[in-house]
Amino acid sequence: MSAYSVPDTRLEAKLGDKKPAYTRAEAIAEANRCIYCVDAPCVKACPTSIDIPTFIHKIRTDNVKGAARTILSANLLGYSCARVCPVEVLCAGDCVYNEWERPAIQIGRLQRYATEVAMQAEPDLVARTKKAPTGRKIACIGAGPASLACAGHLALEGHSVTLFEKKTVPGGLNTLGIAPYKLQATDALKEIAFIQGLGDVQIKTGVGVVCNHAKDDEVDAVSLLEDFDAVFIGIGLGPDNFMGIEGENGPGVVGATYYIERLKSHPDLTLDGIKNVVVVGGGNTAIDIARQLALLGVDNVSMLYRGEAAKMPGYGHEMDGARRETVRLVENRQPTKIVRAEDGSLIGVEVAVMKDKKPVPGQTEVIEADLVAMAIGQSRLTDLAAAFDGVDLDDRGRVLVDEATCRTGHAQVYAGGDCVNGGKEVVNAAEHGKRAARAMHAAFAEG
Amino acid sequence: MADLSIDFCGVKSPNPFWLASAPPTNTGAQVMRAFEAGWGGAVWKTLGNPIVNVSSRFGGVDYGGMRMMGLNNIELITDRPLEVNLREMAEVKKRFPDHVLVASLMVDTREEWHEIIKKVEGVGCDAIELNFGCPHGMCERGMGSAVGAEPEVLEKLTGWVLEAATTPVIVKLTPNVGDITVPAQAALRAGAHAVSLINTVKSIIGVDLDSMVPIPQVGGASSNGGYCGPAVKPIALHLLGQTGQVFDRPISGIGGISDWRDAAEFIALGSTTVQVCTAVMHYGYRIVEDMIEGLSDYLDEKGMASVSELVGKASGQYKDWGDLDLNHHVVAEINEDKCIGCQLCFVACMDGSHQCIHIPGMDDDEKRQKGHVAFPTVVPDRAVTAVGGTPGARVPWVHEEECVGCNLCKLVCPVDDCISMVERRKGDAKETWNDRTRAGKDWVPGGLDATKKARGITD
Repeated sequence: MSAYSVPDTRLEAKLGDKKPAYTRAEAIAEANRCIYCVDAPCVKACPTSIDIPTFIHKIRTDNVKGAARTILSANLLGYSCARVCPVEVLCAGDCVYNEWERPAIQIGRLQRYATEVAMQAEPDLVARTKKAPTGRKIACIGAGPASLACAGHLALEGHSVTLFEKKTVPGGLNTLGIAPYKLQATDALKEIAFIQGLGDVQIKTGVGVVCNHAKDDEVDAVSLLEDFDAVFIGIGLGPDNFMGIEGENGPGVVGATYYIERLKSHPDLTLDGIKNVVVVGGGNTAIDIARQLALLGVDNVSMLYRGEAAKMPGYGHEMDGARRETVRLVENRQPTKIVRAEDGSLIGVEVAVMKDKKPVPGQTEVIEADLVAMAIGQSRLTDLAAAFDGVDLDDRGRVLVDEATCRTGHAQVYAGGDCVNGGKEVVNAAEHGKRAARAMHAAFAEG
Repeated sequence: MADLSIDFCGVKSPNPFWLASAPPTNTGAQVMRAFEAGWGGAVWKTLGNPIVNVSSRFGGVDYGGMRMMGLNNIELITDRPLEVNLREMAEVKKRFPDHVLVASLMVDTREEWHEIIKKVEGVGCDAIELNFGCPHGMCERGMGSAVGAEPEVLEKLTGWVLEAATTPVIVKLTPNVGDITVPAQAALRAGAHAVSLINTVKSIIGVDLDSMVPIPQVGGASSNGGYCGPAVKPIALHLLGQTGQVFDRPISGIGGISDWRDAAEFIALGSTTVQVCTAVMHYGYRIVEDMIEGLSDYLDEKGMASVSELVGKASGQYKDWGDLDLNHHVVAEINEDKCIGCQLCFVACMDGSHQCIHIPGMDDDEKRQKGHVAFPTVVPDRAVTAVGGTPGARVPWVHEEECVGCNLCKLVCPVDDCISMVERRKGDAKETWNDRTRAGKDWVPGGLDATKKARGITD
């Protein structure tokens, strides 16, 4: 049982799983399809290098706990990754079956089966392997996937970890940003309880870490180095970007991740009266919010992308899903103005027709909207990381780290996840957390 | 975590998982890689007088899209010089002193047996396995299964071995006999410390219908080989069970063992160690990780501290048919929430069993046409509601009075836990066939009419 909760009345609770859990028979039947490759392309495609053929072989022999051990030893967030990973472009995308024009092995669903069943049967499956306390203390800034993975691996080595989370619910995007038909906030919180069960993992929610000017409920970032042996920066990305066009500030125009967070955690958000939604952007966040709103019953959900559909950054399989759920993609359009009535209420979005991502002069149109969601990227929380001596950022505001260790220019400061890679998958964050944890453990061993 | 180490005739093995004498134990480099992967012991590819092998050597049976449900081979014993094998065995034992190294041997004369035993014990092997089971090639030369099939010869040769051996002697039995207990008892009489079984089953894997040559082909011809792999596991389990009833010393089980569950079944039925070949030939040494982990977890779940506690735990429940309780009776029950309406149970029962499963909505004429012989007045009409169910289909219904409890419907049902067998005892007390005949209530000598009378049947 998690110490944290989200209200049962939140909107996401209305949505079911796109890929329901396998029964034992289904899992074994699917596992038996796997040819148990030795030099398996799926393993190479997994950012955390899970030994996929081995865990699938173990499902086949009904050694489900063993399958879970294989998964979790490489990725402690194996349960949520099973549900949220875009397997179509990662492990399953590289399955040899694709080339044979046979359906790829359902690796995500098998991984969910193994982790879900094993953790249900034996919650301390992994925790039993934890080592004696070492007295080492690590602070993680942010309690998203990167920090959680880092904390879990460190805790198993006997180190003591404290996560500082400015929101009231931990988990970062895993709890508050994942499309509900993949993973609900409640399930993400269960996984956090699992991570906390691995050892000494404290989470301080509602505590922001800032540079300078720490208020009562805030902690000064650099001062963490006085109380902890190492610091992991897993702060993700900042608030949603906006376009800076006329009429943008006002009711009805929201940031996409902000709104998704509300769908996943707000007790009484409703979509009453919302019939036309315009989502601005062509990335995965744009597709996510469009799909969620369509599935929650909004009649017309349109995505605006400034270029050609074929060049959209969002995944093709996700866009295909969105189309099936009635989302309309309008390509070669860019908002130029938010159109409002005299009383300020939203009327729609004025868009320019684009060619090669440039406006065609004189060609604009207005698309009616009750809600406009901006999904054009998120800002960087650069100041916080840069507050540490020796921590550098690249020209796009990403924290610079050594790839193998996730160590920054400061010997005691590590970083990972979206703040390092600019915004990738949960599994990439999990890998960063693991690398940082292993590097810290090795550094402690060296003294 | 359960203790997987095992004592086999005084030989300590880190776990019960051994590689059988076969291609995976052909060289020292292979055996060392296997030990590194986690195998507890290895029975070296059989040593003897040099032979020449043919090409090709293996044939496989695929089933339902799965490769190598069964494998057959016509490879003989080692074709490498004895000295090379001995040197490598010494090296293996030096690098892995705590792992078990068993020398599999097959020679002809008493002098050869004495000579080779001295050599293999000289390089530190922990035990000796006598290959009295190879059913192809070597048996034509009076060795292998030719010995295993002749109890007197088996006893004599085992005696020769025991004259010279100082390490435990394991007799490997062939399944290619009418009654496995006869060679098993011959081994016991001779004083063997243990038996291992089964060796491969004589087989022809198939015929190439274009070339008209059986498989595997050697030039324009083929020969019978030895069958192994998952397909032979039930045969091996039966022969293991039978052997255990007459042979009260350790047994090393072999035959189609592919994963931890297979191994656990062999151990429960009386094996102290298990030997694996085909699954390794298919997937590599790496499968032992799952075997160790799965067996260990299973023992923990069952509260057994050591694998030794599992040895023979099911043996007492393997009985003659005549000792089974005739008052035990089960009937099939179909879970209406899980049924998908495929009617596989219906057709299996109609054509392959006792016509007791009914599809709702038929009148007696239709039932008669379908082949029913009993006509219940009410057949509950339940709609299929399960996910994946056929729209409009009805859930089949079991007429309990007619159900003999054969399990067939449950076996063919594609949905897990949809059909279950529930107990409906015919009587409180246990009564077996042997009880009945002993009491004169059933089969009695004197012809069909005499038995009819004994059963109390009158015309």
